[in-house]
Amino acid sequence: MDAKPFPLNAWYAAAWSHEIKHELAARTICDHDVVLYRRTDGQVTALEDACWHRLLPLSMGHLKGDEVVCGYHGLVFNAAGRCTYMPAQKTINPSACVRAYPVVERHRLVWLWPGDPALADPAKIPDFHWNDGTDWVGEGGTFYDLGCDYRLVIDNLMDLTHETYVHAGSIGDEAITSAPFDVTHTERTATVTRWMIDIEPPPFWAKQLNRPGEHVDRWQIIYFQAPSTVVGDVGVAVTGTGAPQGDRSQGVNGAFLAAITPATEKTCHYFWNFVRTFRTDDEQLSRDIQKAHVNEGKGVYDQDHVVLEAQQKAIDRNPRMPFYNLNIDAGALWARKLIDAMLAEEHPKPHVPSQAAE
Amino acid sequence: MSEPVEWGGATLRSIRDLTPDIRLFEIEPEGEFVHPTPGSHINVAVLIDGRADVRSYSIVGPCTDGFYQIAVKLLGDTRGGSAYMWSLAPGAKLTVSTPGNHFELSRGRPEYLLLAGGIGITPIYTMALALAQAGANVRLLYACRRRQDFAFLDDLQERLGPRLQVFVDEEGQRADLDAEIARLAPGGELYVCGPIGMLEAAKRAWHASGRPVDQLRFETFGNSGRYPSEAFRVKIPRLHMEIEVPQNKTLLDALEEAGVGMISDCRRGECGLCALPILETDGIVDHRDVFFSDEEKAANVKLCTCVSRVAGGSITIDTADRAA
Repeated sequence: MDAKPFPLNAWYAAAWSHEIKHELAARTICDHDVVLYRRTDGQVTALEDACWHRLLPLSMGHLKGDEVVCGYHGLVFNAAGRCTYMPAQKTINPSACVRAYPVVERHRLVWLWPGDPALADPAKIPDFHWNDGTDWVGEGGTFYDLGCDYRLVIDNLMDLTHETYVHAGSIGDEAITSAPFDVTHTERTATVTRWMIDIEPPPFWAKQLNRPGEHVDRWQIIYFQAPSTVVGDVGVAVTGTGAPQGDRSQGVNGAFLAAITPATEKTCHYFWNFVRTFRTDDEQLSRDIQKAHVNEGKGVYDQDHVVLEAQQKAIDRNPRMPFYNLNIDAGALWARKLIDAMLAEEHPKPHVPSQAAE
Repeated sequence: MSEPVEWGGATLRSIRDLTPDIRLFEIEPEGEFVHPTPGSHINVAVLIDGRADVRSYSIVGPCTDGFYQIAVKLLGDTRGGSAYMWSLAPGAKLTVSTPGNHFELSRGRPEYLLLAGGIGITPIYTMALALAQAGANVRLLYACRRRQDFAFLDDLQERLGPRLQVFVDEEGQRADLDAEIARLAPGGELYVCGPIGMLEAAKRAWHASGRPVDQLRFETFGNSGRYPSEAFRVKIPRLHMEIEVPQNKTLLDALEEAGVGMISDCRRGECGLCALPILETDGIVDHRDVFFSDEEKAANVKLCTCVSRVAGGSITIDTADRAA
């Protein structure tokens, strides 16, 4: 049995909190079809999206109070996934249930645990506090069913030299490709740190900083939490004002946020946001930044979207795996190594008798 | 987890007797070991009178070492799977499935009441260990006919302490189910595995308490009835047939072997598909299913042929062999 490329014992973003209402919403998370809804007490429920009886997606049924009524033969399942009604019989088959998934709402997202529920500790939810809408503000979105392996998105974010080529004219800059970077890691995190000292700010940042003529120190500190969230602490500050030493007061600071959820082996949901600590009450700026990311094919994430899906198609047509790697891929390779360690924990190698070479 | 199970080769690593008639089997799969959740079972290919058949046995304990453990009670009066298992010696080759689960333990309930009777302790023991380890609020009521029939008792006492109560039938000890259910925390769940009489008593007490029906969880044991299994005769006037159901065969199997067209699914008394009309009987119909309600069983209109039997007489049944 080939193991899937994503660990199941992990929390994955399944939806933005505001998307889940008292109605049925279908999602595919790590090859599991689930149906989500908000109960009358405000809590979110996630059930297997297939009726126990004939497997019709329960998301095609309807809610009756806090229970789901199958749209085929009317079997009813409660929020624990247990059948509470079967047509035309006096008893209920004790085996009749659908799986209920652990879900927790945090950082304006609904997180779902597709693996062993006994291990679903909410303390393991990735730190995504930048998305809380308090100190950092911004309005993001989701690319649902993006046509690529979720790890390609992680590769993309862990190596920002691509900005120079994919996002020329906005955030791309030759300086990125020439600045050295450092990659560090723990058991569950990897961090790529890059400082570009005394450079011309690229157009996007020049506009935000609004200090014409000044050179800047630009930073990109990209923080990966296994298996699939990435937070990029990014910004620029006027050169010589001490940003590399920790004083960012003469700069502007943003963070790109990515919670990437495998849908299938070759598709994923990409929950993104770009938040900032400057001009936090400027709602027009929030809208402008959102538009800079996603704008009918012209935003920077639209540009990534095109590259990622084309890359997946090329991978499917060129069975040359693994890829060749460059020095710039160090961050991505650490991220993949941490994912692989999680996979190895979930799929211990069967104890095959060793074959001694003689 | 009710995932489809995959079959593969396995080796019996060791056996150990837990009681005079319960034996523990440690099985090493050749393929991937799939970690079982509490309440899981594996299927084992068995040979009964030289004929291949399948039996399901609950997984015992957490199985953290990569081996499946099952416990099998040697039963004199049933279908012969246990006799086959007891004939095996360490090193024996087996064919087993990966685990499936029809009796899943839910997490995070305010309290758990576990009720086990006899060999029904096997899934309940695993649940008790998992709940105790998770620090859950759990109590176990464990009943057996005789004192020497209790398996896993030392281990359970060590893990549960005063949260374990044992009841010895032949010493007249009985659990007060009404009282135990009454002191269960709201939202608490009852998990039952044991003979049909115990299960029905638990269902009645649960129903009387007015608690939500989905919070009573149980697994059925198709082989335990109110009466010992015995051979009985079956008349089917519509087909001009009269057959004998041997003591170690189900009515459904006997009908199929005699060429009667049948439909069935679960074969453990849950789905009701194999039920046939009862025309008359001079014995007692031993309803061993959980498909029919108490009232339906008392009315004796139909029986689930996969598990139910007749004690002390014969039965006349009808089949669906007609155009309309």
